[in-house]
Amino acid sequence: MEFVGDFFRNLGIAFSNWLSGFLPAWAVLLIDYTLGGLILLVGILVAVLLVIWVERKMIARLQDRLGPNRVGPYGLLQTVADALKLLTKEDIIPEGAEPISFNLAPVLAVFATIMVGAVIPFGVGIIGADLNVGVLYVVAIGSVGVMATLMAGWSSNNKYALLGGFRVVAQLLSYEIPLVLAMLIVVLLAGTMSMQSLVKAQGGGFLNIPNWYIFYVPLAFIIYFISALAELERTPFDLLEADSEIVAGFFIEYSGMKFAWFYLAGYINTILLSAIATTLFLGGWQGPFVDRFPVLGVFYFLGKMFLVTLVIFWIRGTYPRLRIDQLMDLAWKILVPLALILLLLVAIVVKLPTPPIIQQVILLVGNIVLLLAALGYVGRHLRLTAERQKLGGRL
Amino acid sequence: MLSKYAFIGILSVIAFGFSVLGLLVAWLLGPKKPNPIKQSTYECGVETIGEAWVQFRAQYYIFALVFVVFDIETVFLYPWAVAYGRLGLFALVEAAIFVLILFAGLLYAWRKGALEWQ
Repeated sequence: MEFVGDFFRNLGIAFSNWLSGFLPAWAVLLIDYTLGGLILLVGILVAVLLVIWVERKMIARLQDRLGPNRVGPYGLLQTVADALKLLTKEDIIPEGAEPISFNLAPVLAVFATIMVGAVIPFGVGIIGADLNVGVLYVVAIGSVGVMATLMAGWSSNNKYALLGGFRVVAQLLSYEIPLVLAMLIVVLLAGTMSMQSLVKAQGGGFLNIPNWYIFYVPLAFIIYFISALAELERTPFDLLEADSEIVAGFFIEYSGMKFAWFYLAGYINTILLSAIATTLFLGGWQGPFVDRFPVLGVFYFLGKMFLVTLVIFWIRGTYPRLRIDQLMDLAWKILVPLALILLLLVAIVVKLPTPPIIQQVILLVGNIVLLLAALGYVGRHLRLTAERQKLGGRL
Repeated sequence: MLSKYAFIGILSVIAFGFSVLGLLVAWLLGPKKPNPIKQSTYECGVETIGEAWVQFRAQYYIFALVFVVFDIETVFLYPWAVAYGRLGLFALVEAAIFVLILFAGLLYAWRKGALEWQ
């Protein structure tokens, strides 16, 4: 029973002990880390295959279609078939393109997203590397992806690609600020940047639930979620690679496997940003009975992660696109000021000489008031704009 | 501590190897029949005029400037946030002044119209 209670970690420890019977310590470490990295990579790829299928099925149902249903049971192998097809396509490099950065861009895009996976705490003690600067590492590695975008857009020597690249960079830069500020608020509450300590700080209470940071700062979660959608360039922020309008934007010239790499990077990013949302706001692997049976943590974590991913897909099936000026306004005139005010609010409340439960209530009330104020401001602005349009034609 | 970064190093080799290997396999498996039409720039039916590498008015350069200011601000705030529990009331006042100055900067940029996308 003891072994099953913490199954995955005990399996790893048993394996390491078996290895160290006949290998020196550094070789054991090397094999452990290499295997760990490979498991992480394969796990992410399997999750991507699954998630692409789920998205296609779900969007199909929302649009009253059937979705993929030919290859494999329920069309489960459709993504595998697509990947194999893309693998055998001709590798076309357009004549005017700059070959080095043109070829390096998709590699860098996939590389950057996989590296983020290193600090995701999938369960009790199941984490690639529990860095003490985990949150900062996520932010830093995440911005390498922006460089890949700019490289792809510039090196294609295509006007659409260049324009698309510029606009994607503008969008990613703008939403980086509220994203990082929302993460900062959680760091401020927990007083640590290590991902495992962040999850541990959210334990306790009835069934390990009431201490999740979403119950302290729901507004920060909303800011994080909106910014993450924009970072992923997903609906309603997908105007920069809208297939129906500007033929995929910055990766217009890419075909075959290089196109597949950008696609893959997008989905890995979706999964990992959901994982980070789970870690920071939804209690990570915390859940009922996780202190008695740590193995449950893995399932809690994956469950929450896929739930957030599902919501992202659901939004794609529901909302239309924003215009680019609306997109920039949302980031700079609403999310950034809101995040700064919330940061100051949290900093003040944490210093109040009251018991934690009262602090939590004050924070919750403050969050709701701020949210309502922001919604009221946006509503008034939209009404005024609509009236102005009625008076003076299209403005 | 150092062994944690060893994992990051090994993972970076794996991640880079995987992404290069995928492109390499695709290059080996795919057909190679280049021709001028296939390799022309994909813009529209008509032949492309000129390169894309021209001087271009980047609308977002003011956004980029504001971004740099705020990104540095958040980087400064991270160590403050980690140590906040152990610091006195002084930390709160100091950070509040810091954030409010930047907030004033944002309002200034807003009033000056730097945040309008044209």
